[in-house]
Amino acid sequence: MDASSIYARLDDVTLSFGEHVILKNCSLDIVRGAITCIVGLSGAGKSTILRLLDGLIEPSSGHVYVDGHDLCHTPERKLVELRQKTSLAFQFAALLDSLTIGENVGLPLREHTALPDEKIRHIVDDALESVGLRHVYDSLPNELSGGMLKRAGFARAIVTRPELVLYDEPTTGLDPIVTNLITDTILRLRQKLDGTAVVISHDLHSIFRMADYVAMLFEGAIIAYGPREEIRTSTNPFVQQFLTGSEVGPIPV
Amino acid sequence: MRVLERFGAGTIAFLEYLGGIVSLIGESIRSLVHAQIRYAETFTQSYELGLGSLLIVLLTSLFTGMVISLESAQQAVQFGIGSLVGGAVTYTSVRELGPMLTAVVVAGRVGSAIAAEIGSMVVTEQIDALRSMGLSPVRFLVVPRLLALAIMLPLLTIFADIISIVGGMWIAQAYAHINPETFISSARQAVGFEDVVKGLVKALVFACIIAFVGCYQGLSTRGGAAGVGRATTSAVVISIILIFGTNFIMSYLLFGTH
Repeated sequence: MDASSIYARLDDVTLSFGEHVILKNCSLDIVRGAITCIVGLSGAGKSTILRLLDGLIEPSSGHVYVDGHDLCHTPERKLVELRQKTSLAFQFAALLDSLTIGENVGLPLREHTALPDEKIRHIVDDALESVGLRHVYDSLPNELSGGMLKRAGFARAIVTRPELVLYDEPTTGLDPIVTNLITDTILRLRQKLDGTAVVISHDLHSIFRMADYVAMLFEGAIIAYGPREEIRTSTNPFVQQFLTGSEVGPIPV
Repeated sequence: MRVLERFGAGTIAFLEYLGGIVSLIGESIRSLVHAQIRYAETFTQSYELGLGSLLIVLLTSLFTGMVISLESAQQAVQFGIGSLVGGAVTYTSVRELGPMLTAVVVAGRVGSAIAAEIGSMVVTEQIDALRSMGLSPVRFLVVPRLLALAIMLPLLTIFADIISIVGGMWIAQAYAHINPETFISSARQAVGFEDVVKGLVKALVFACIIAFVGCYQGLSTRGGAAGVGRATTSAVVISIILIFGTNFIMSYLLFGTH
């Protein structure tokens, strides 16, 4: 794979808090224009990878590159600039309680651009429309269901048309119908933005529907990575045990 | 050896806390210098934090003024110096109890609310969401609360001073038959405009303490709902201790050297 096709990269990243090692010599390439799904056991450090890619945390050692820029040891002011290119859709949406859905979605535009209010309203309406939530513009976050909150979080994540969207467990805790709806939304948003996405998920059905590439994280390191079909048919015993959900295998239960 | 370890860990924790607060103050000043102020949010916070505290500040100040008057009038009349009660009540209220009691009440009501609100935002990832959007939580949350308190606490202190003196005057008249003219005359002799201003300077410093401690405790919340509870309690306890300590130092510097 040539360098230009890689949009983001974890290069030999180790992250530890005290004696607790979360990632250990972890390397991962995020292919430009593709959806990369990261799977792994709960607590394996998957969400941490998203935070590293968004520049919210720094690794203890190694480097994190996004669109050719090294996020490590970068001053906060420069990081703010680089974060315009990426967007993180949080697991529980993390919308600001005190703002309406419309205000939440429009917040990055109001704070980072000099666009007039009518233009911002139009862009926000468009973002809400693309996740099927135009009718909740004036609602408060606590008036929405879990699935609607997640989709509102997606709308906020895409409103600035970022080049890389990071989805943290977008389908966790949702019923199968809403899970399908969320998966469709992610696929539709990728097409709309023509960008790159990284998705953390435990939902194998939705992973194999949307992923171009799949990476498996185990004990702080990527132990398998490749195109979706390659991972689905992998003979790696760790991957096999994870995909089949078997209690028997190299992954301790 | 274990004692030394604990002492070392305690010292490191204290220095970390101090560093965190200093960093928060620095970032807030930078936002203020660059005029990165969210005016609408500052107005909302002023209304909620200030006006919401008015009733409780008025009640505590009223009863404080009344009790000072009750105690001092009893003694003063006994020694034939009832005409000095107005001065005693006003002197104590304007220079010490007005600013300090108002700050303590506001620390309990507002400092805890700030820590709880920001702490909840930390545990629900709203602070991370702000940072992810390239927005500074300090500019977004801390600066409006700091400005709101810096405006509202001195105002509340003025109300507290007035109501405390009025309460004292009422008790002096009802209990020791000291007429209001005598009370006010004594008050004017005892306290000058300079004393009022110095009291308000104290209130301004206390406002900064409440805002920075509340916000810092909120922003450093860890561990879910229990963590929010701990942050809230710590915000109140630390603020009140700092208010009392700072009050002594400021009284010494402002009033004690002449």
